[in-house]
Amino acid sequence: MGAAPHLLIRSLDRGAVLFVAAMAAIAVLVPVFNLAIPASSAFHLSTYLVALFGKYACYALLALSIDLIWGYCGILSLGHGAFFALGGYAMGMYLMRQIGTRGVYANPILPDFMVFLNWKELPIAWYGFQYFPYAALMVVLVPGALAFVFGWFAFRSRVTGVYLAIITQALTYALMLGFFRNNLGFGGNNGLTDFKDILGFNVQAETTRAALFSISCLALIIGFLVCRSIVTSKLGKVLIAIRDAEARTRFLGYRVESYELFVFTLSACMAGIAGALYVPQVGIINPSEFAPGNSIEAVIWVAVGGRGTLVGAAVGAVLVNYAKTYFTSGILAPYWLYMLGGLFIAVTLLLPRGIIGSLHHWSALRRDRASAVAEEGVTEPLPAE
Amino acid sequence: MKIQERLERKEREAMAAFERTLLFIEGVTVSFDGFRALNNLSLSVEPGEMRAIIGPNGAGKTTMMDVVTGKTRPDKGVVIFDKMHDLARLDETEIARLGIGRKFQKPTVFDSHTVFDNIELALKADRRARATLLWRATEGEDCRVDEILKIVRLSTVRDRLAGSLSHGQKQWLEIGMLLAQDPKLLLVDEPAAGMTDAETRQTAELLKEINREHTVIVVEHDMAFVRDLGVKVTCLHEGSVLAEGSIDEVSTNERVVEVYLGR
Repeated sequence: MGAAPHLLIRSLDRGAVLFVAAMAAIAVLVPVFNLAIPASSAFHLSTYLVALFGKYACYALLALSIDLIWGYCGILSLGHGAFFALGGYAMGMYLMRQIGTRGVYANPILPDFMVFLNWKELPIAWYGFQYFPYAALMVVLVPGALAFVFGWFAFRSRVTGVYLAIITQALTYALMLGFFRNNLGFGGNNGLTDFKDILGFNVQAETTRAALFSISCLALIIGFLVCRSIVTSKLGKVLIAIRDAEARTRFLGYRVESYELFVFTLSACMAGIAGALYVPQVGIINPSEFAPGNSIEAVIWVAVGGRGTLVGAAVGAVLVNYAKTYFTSGILAPYWLYMLGGLFIAVTLLLPRGIIGSLHHWSALRRDRASAVAEEGVTEPLPAE
Repeated sequence: MKIQERLERKEREAMAAFERTLLFIEGVTVSFDGFRALNNLSLSVEPGEMRAIIGPNGAGKTTMMDVVTGKTRPDKGVVIFDKMHDLARLDETEIARLGIGRKFQKPTVFDSHTVFDNIELALKADRRARATLLWRATEGEDCRVDEILKIVRLSTVRDRLAGSLSHGQKQWLEIGMLLAQDPKLLLVDEPAAGMTDAETRQTAELLKEINREHTVIVVEHDMAFVRDLGVKVTCLHEGSVLAEGSIDEVSTNERVVEVYLGR
């Protein structure tokens, strides 16, 4: 990949540099304010907030993965939560196997729920998950493989738009039902929890949480740079071409389904990584992560922030989730879903480009007006000559 | 003996005629729910030729283009491109890569790309995902894009978004994209639709210019435009060829007049 540097350099415009710098600063400052400043100080950041921000960073990465396919290639997936959850389960399985004899039943091999179900041996699917590198590989490979197979069938048969959205919903719903079953071997409706440590560090420790937060920010930065490199390359232009006029792209000789399959699979891998970072920070993964509502919510984050802007997806994810945290912890809690629905309608009607998209649009308008004024300044004196 | 000889000669003549074609369509039938959009259609176009296809609504003009470009598969019949490619078995992408370009009836360009980027995306190049990811702009390609923009008279709007162009400019941009693709055969569906008289005349000029290096098939309703082109005309009716010849021959053909005027 000798060409990687030029891809990266081309992707860095002012907004991108700003975003990366801001994320890098947050990745450093949040742990500093949490660990280095004593709890008595007004500037101290509680561990609760660090975990919360870490969660937001994972959501932002999920939003980024959705924006890559929806904002740039026009593929609306209402099932991206499935890839997120699969990545989360892969990480959860690693964490479960790290518990070892510290579980309630103290079985060195079998996780508690298997002992409880009277299972005698470890299911084959769990083999190898005691090794972190293997688990990390599965975090990317399982969502990626599912997306590849799913996409291969869907894009080849030219399933697009609403039909694709509905099938992705069915996909995540089917996975949810599957994971709810005890005999599938992933903990049934309780899911995987009670994690002890990750790579030898206690998951509950403040330092571990701070590190997980920084790593999530780093993953977000890398995910952002990968997406930026793609959308600013010619491949990115082809993706937009597919979004705008698929038939024209085909008649120009581009194999549309290959492009769709590539970004869809990459996007699923990113969602898987987001899920894997999410699980140790929230301490549990269960089948409700597959709930169709979660995937739809993630699409709303992107719409609010502005689709096809990348930065907007991350901003939207953080803003909507901050609002969710804020409103669901007060007396307004029962009305949160109404507010979310209302927000979606309001954004669609009033800010169809989303927050960041509208900012881009307004600044472009201002630039156009400025250049129009400049042109007039040149053309006006002409008749007088 | 004599019959045998005559048959052989006929076959040889047919072979020779086939050898001269760039596009060879024979006995093509396409039906949609019992409606025959194309009915045993036979048509051939020679390399370097420009052919105008006319016919009333529903005559099968657009369906014929769909068959040639792989959007629709024929129920029956053969479509051979460049004497060796059976188009009935290929899909749109493969056919486009063989060198057949198509302009749609409704101008179809990439609205959120600049005029320049539209042409650049159409420019002949490796179309695989990996190649486009690693692609870098070269001076030669940039020059070629600007050259094409000059031919289609869009140099002044080079950096504007294609979505902000007028209808006529979009038509030209799409023709420019076809040129950039550098196909052996161009299929142009109603290039003059929705254009002013001046634009229509310019479009006819443009097509003639393009025809110097490319084989062109134009589908058109506008008779004045077809007359401007001054090329061989094929009139379709109910999915097959009704008449073929110069515009004067075709427009005085009794059956054509009957079809157009509805008796």
